[in-house]
Amino acid sequence: MGRYVIRRLLQMIPVFIGSTFLIFVMVYALGDPVAALFGEKAPDPATAAQIRHDLYLDQPIWKQYLHYMGQIFQGDFGTAFNGQPVTELMGEAFPVTLRLTLVAVVIEIAVGITLGVVSGLRRGRSVDSTVLMITLIVISVPTFVTGYVLQYLFGVEWGIVRPSVSADATFGELLLPGTVLALVSLAYVTRLSRTSIAENVRADYVRTAVAKGLPRHRVIVRHLLRNSLIPVVTFIGTDIGVLMGGAIVTERIFNIHGVGFQLYQGVLRNNSPTVVGFVTVLVIVFLLANLLVDLCYAVLDPRIRYA
Amino acid sequence: MATMSPAPAEPDVPLLEVRDLEVEFRTRDGVAKAVDRVSFSVGAGETLAVLGESGSGKSVTAQAVMGILDSPPGFVTGGQVLFRGADLLTAGAEERRRVRGARMAMIFQDALSALNPVLTVGAQLAEMFRVHEGRSRKESRAKAVELMERVRIPAARTRVNDYPHQFSGGMRQRIMIAMALALEPDLIIADEPTTALDVTVQAQVMDLLAELQREYRMGLVLITHDLGVVADVADRIAVMYAGRIMETAPVHDLYKNPAHPYTRGLLDSIPRLDRKGHELYAVKGLPPNLMAIPPGCPFHPRCPRVRDICLADRPEPAPLTGADGRELPGRTSACHFRKDELHA
Repeated sequence: MGRYVIRRLLQMIPVFIGSTFLIFVMVYALGDPVAALFGEKAPDPATAAQIRHDLYLDQPIWKQYLHYMGQIFQGDFGTAFNGQPVTELMGEAFPVTLRLTLVAVVIEIAVGITLGVVSGLRRGRSVDSTVLMITLIVISVPTFVTGYVLQYLFGVEWGIVRPSVSADATFGELLLPGTVLALVSLAYVTRLSRTSIAENVRADYVRTAVAKGLPRHRVIVRHLLRNSLIPVVTFIGTDIGVLMGGAIVTERIFNIHGVGFQLYQGVLRNNSPTVVGFVTVLVIVFLLANLLVDLCYAVLDPRIRYA
Repeated sequence: MATMSPAPAEPDVPLLEVRDLEVEFRTRDGVAKAVDRVSFSVGAGETLAVLGESGSGKSVTAQAVMGILDSPPGFVTGGQVLFRGADLLTAGAEERRRVRGARMAMIFQDALSALNPVLTVGAQLAEMFRVHEGRSRKESRAKAVELMERVRIPAARTRVNDYPHQFSGGMRQRIMIAMALALEPDLIIADEPTTALDVTVQAQVMDLLAELQREYRMGLVLITHDLGVVADVADRIAVMYAGRIMETAPVHDLYKNPAHPYTRGLLDSIPRLDRKGHELYAVKGLPPNLMAIPPGCPFHPRCPRVRDICLADRPEPAPLTGADGRELPGRTSACHFRKDELHA
């Protein structure tokens, strides 16, 4: 197990370098950060050259990349155009997105698995068909539609919540955005656990559990669910990474100043340090989430051994 | 140990009595009569072997008795399952659950799939004590180790934390037996307990089961298609075919003197050393589709001694009489010509 983790961590290095280098090249080499800095105005050539020199932009791209990486590992992600260090932006944005993701994942797990179990145990009955139909609709409708519709209904029409989230972005405020963010994944979790439950409910070990005279809830939770959740946990694990980076639409709709919002602003303004820095952190989050999922396998299913 | 199981209220009430049990499978393609008016009984300390080909309804009968039939598609449509005189089929779900596992336990064929792959064997054994007796975690765990020692699993104390896939086939089946034995039930139903095992291990597991059965004076219903297994351990045999009981008899009487053409066919198809070199006899044809059981005697299309009456009239199991005209105890046959068969 220890050796496996070390090997996986080592494998992350090329993936990390490759993905960050790609981002770096795309943002720095294909756009002109100095021009972007001046916005609409044409920069004075001498000043521009000076800035280029100060920011290593006159160096070859691979040298720039090495310099950037060196800075990152010293905890310096550079400064955004407004002079704010990128790490400061991260410090504000990541906790907000983390809270949003947390709300979304909790909803996903609680509602998704419950619906999956209920429909999986009643496969073919009306409850099952209804759940299947609703999840299909949810999967088909894009997030920006459900987002605006729910925002309008809950925030404007019924006035239950405030339509946009304040700067604090407390858990309470994030309930509605979290639901919107979770919806599509929730539908997938529901369908995944439904299939898994329906498949396992006829398994021999479930029959054994019944033959042992165990109460129904124990048969379902301890015997059926433990086995059925293995594929679901995989999905949720990888989904955490996706939700963290993919909250762009939801954060825009509810005006949440999280990672998605900052990334969006960064891309819009060609604010290279912000974009590269945030993406780099997201790459790390994604890689670690995947490793955690693979390690979870071994915990959930003792038949899986890592060497 | 034996004092645990209370003596039957009346000595003449058998431990388990199944009367006219009927089970149907309702599927999209039609209704299959998997078990049709099956009756048998088992006493304390007695071993009844239920013998039959695949699809003869023996496992379904066992599941119906245990109350673990997959429903739908399986439905018990008639009959009684009297356990110590009380009908389980009319008992409430909670009452049945309390009987299951505690008073009446089941051993399944393939221990690898019948044990939960993600729980340690210790957890699966201890669960019995926690749920049925409300014992503490620690106590239950100790009892689990004790059980594993009882079924002679080496190094039980350390192996209690292993998962089913870490055991060999024979050891896994021992764990299944231990699980069934946990609460010292009055009755054990073993559904082909040795079919998935190597021949050498089969004998060990069967011996262990027989030994424990004697020790605890349990009733044992042994479901099998293996005539070899039956001869050594069973007291009585019930032969099933197409969901019905064809013949019941004490084990030696059946081997010596079968009273049904189907039983005779089965016995003739056992390979014998003194018939080495000869072609092995086989009952010709295939067991019937349970959705279209032939009218009359279900065995008539395959019967070497079929006559006109067999095509129209269904023979019911009836007692047999010996040459002196006296009833032979424990013997029935569902053949119109049971007398001729017996004295053939």
